[in-house]
Amino acid sequence: MTISLLTFYLFSAVILLSSLMVISAKNPVHSVLFLILSFLNAAGIFVILHAEFLAMILIIVYVGAVAVLFLFVVMMLDIKSSISKENILQYMPIGLLVGLVFIAELVIVLINTKLDLTSIQILSNPMSNFVGQSNTEAIGSVLYTNYILYFQLSGIILLVAMIGSIVLTLREREGVKRQIISEQLDRRGKIDLVDVKSGEGIDV
Amino acid sequence: MFNLFQTYTFDLLSIVFYCLLIFIPLLLGVVLALYADRKIWAAVQKRKGPNVVGPFGLLQVPADGLKFIFKEIILPDGSDKTVFLVAPIITLALSIAAWAVVPVQAGVVLANINVGILYIFAISSLGVYGILMAGWSSNSKYPFFGALRSAAQMVSYEVSIGFVIVTVLMCVGSLNLTEIVMAQKNIWFFIPLFPMFIVFFISALAETNRPPFDLPEAESELVAGYQTEYSGMPFVLFMFGEYINILLMCAMTTILFLGGWLPPVDIFPLNELPGFVWFLLKVTLVFYMFAMVKAFVPRYRYDQLMRLGWKVFLPLSLLAVIMTSSVLFFFNLAPGM
Repeated sequence: MTISLLTFYLFSAVILLSSLMVISAKNPVHSVLFLILSFLNAAGIFVILHAEFLAMILIIVYVGAVAVLFLFVVMMLDIKSSISKENILQYMPIGLLVGLVFIAELVIVLINTKLDLTSIQILSNPMSNFVGQSNTEAIGSVLYTNYILYFQLSGIILLVAMIGSIVLTLREREGVKRQIISEQLDRRGKIDLVDVKSGEGIDV
Repeated sequence: MFNLFQTYTFDLLSIVFYCLLIFIPLLLGVVLALYADRKIWAAVQKRKGPNVVGPFGLLQVPADGLKFIFKEIILPDGSDKTVFLVAPIITLALSIAAWAVVPVQAGVVLANINVGILYIFAISSLGVYGILMAGWSSNSKYPFFGALRSAAQMVSYEVSIGFVIVTVLMCVGSLNLTEIVMAQKNIWFFIPLFPMFIVFFISALAETNRPPFDLPEAESELVAGYQTEYSGMPFVLFMFGEYINILLMCAMTTILFLGGWLPPVDIFPLNELPGFVWFLLKVTLVFYMFAMVKAFVPRYRYDQLMRLGWKVFLPLSLLAVIMTSSVLFFFNLAPGM
C-alpha cells in the first residue's frame, strides 16, 4: 500500500461519488458543480500517472472554460420549473445502453491485454522512449513532428466550426446604434481653431 | 496502514510546517497590502487615511478583521445555504493554493514542479467558481449580475494572459518558474517584451477585479456585486482571497517580467542582499502601481471593457506570439536551438 495507491483510491472514490451525484442531484446547478469536482479529481489521477501537463490542460480547458459556460447556461435556467417530479426512470433504457457499451469496450481492452498486469502497466505508461524529458517536451515533440498534419487539420476543423457558428448566429438588424470608437475619437474636420477678436464674437 | 503512517509522518509534518510558512507571511502581507492600499488611496486624494488605531493606523486592518469575525453570519432565507457558505472557502483556498509553486528565492519554494506556470494559470482560472457560486446561491439580483459580469470578464482576460505567458515561455524554454527567473539573468523580460508587460499588467488588473475594471462590484450599479449578501466571516474570506490573488498577480508580474529574486545589476552591494528581499521589494513596487491605478483611473464601461479584452489585447498578444517566435527562430535565439 503505497501513498500513490492511497491517493488513487481517494481520487477515484471522489470521482465515482460525484459522478453519481451529477445524475442524481435534483438541482441542475449542483449537478454541474459535482461534474466540476469529478473533472478536478480526474486531473489528480493524471498527476499520479506523471502526466502533469495533461492534468493542468484538463483543468484549464475543461474546468476553467468549458464548465464555466455550462454553469453559465444552467444558472440562467428557471430552476424551480426545471426540477420536475416526473418519473426519473424514463431515461433508464438509454442510460443502460450507454453504460453497457462502455463496459463492453472496457472488457475488450482488458481481454486484449489477457489480464496480464505487466502489460496494463505498459498500456497506461507508454512514454518509455522519452526518459529524461519533461512530459511537456515529450508531448510537444510528438505532436509537432509526427502528428503535425493531424494537428493542423484539427485546427482547421475548429476554425470551420467557429466560422459556422458565427454565421449561424449573426443577424443583421436595422436601426441598431453602434459605437465606432475611431469615429468618436477622430477630430479632423470636426473642430476648428478660430481666432476671435475681442468684443466681436463669432457665428458658429 | 500503521506502517504507512509511520513512514510518512515526518513528510506530513514538514509539509504542514511549510504550508504555515507560506500562509502566515501571506496573511501578514494581506494586512499590510490592505493598509497600504487605503493609505495610498488617501494620499492621492489628500486625505489622511487610517491613522487612529495603533501607530500610524497600522492596527486598523486587524481591528476591522476582528470586528467582522465577531459579527453575525447572515444566511439569506432563499439562498442555497451549502453553496453560499462553500463559495468564500473555495475562493480563499484556491488563492492560497496557487502560492505553493511561487519561488521567493533560488531554491526556496514549496513545490518546484515543472509545469509551475500552468499550475498557477489553472488555479487562477478556477477562481471564477467562487464568484459564480456566491452570485448564484445568494438568490438575489445584484449578486447574480455581479457574478455574471465577473465570470465573463475573468474568462475574457485569461485568454490574453495566456498568450502573454506563451511569449515569455518561448524566451525561456521551460514551464518551471525557477527557470523562468534564471533565464532573466542577463536581461529582465520587461525590456525586450515591454508591450506584453503592459498587456499583462492591465489584464492582471481585470483578472483580479481591481479598479478600473471592478465592474462586478461597482457600487453605483450593483451595490457590492457578488458580495452583497455576505457578512461576517464569509465576507472576510472573500476579502482575503481577493487580496491574496492581487498579491499573486504582483508576484507573477515580478517572476515573468521583473526578474524574480535577481538584483537589478549583479554588482557587489546589490547582490549581497538575500534574494527574497529583492522579490519582496519588486512585489511591493508592482502592488504600488496597482494601488495608484485604483486611485486615479475612473471605472470602465462594461462594453468597453469587453472591447479592450477581445478586440485590442487578444489580437495584440497573438501578434506578439508570432513576432516573438519569428525573431527567436530567424536569429537563432530560441533556447535549445
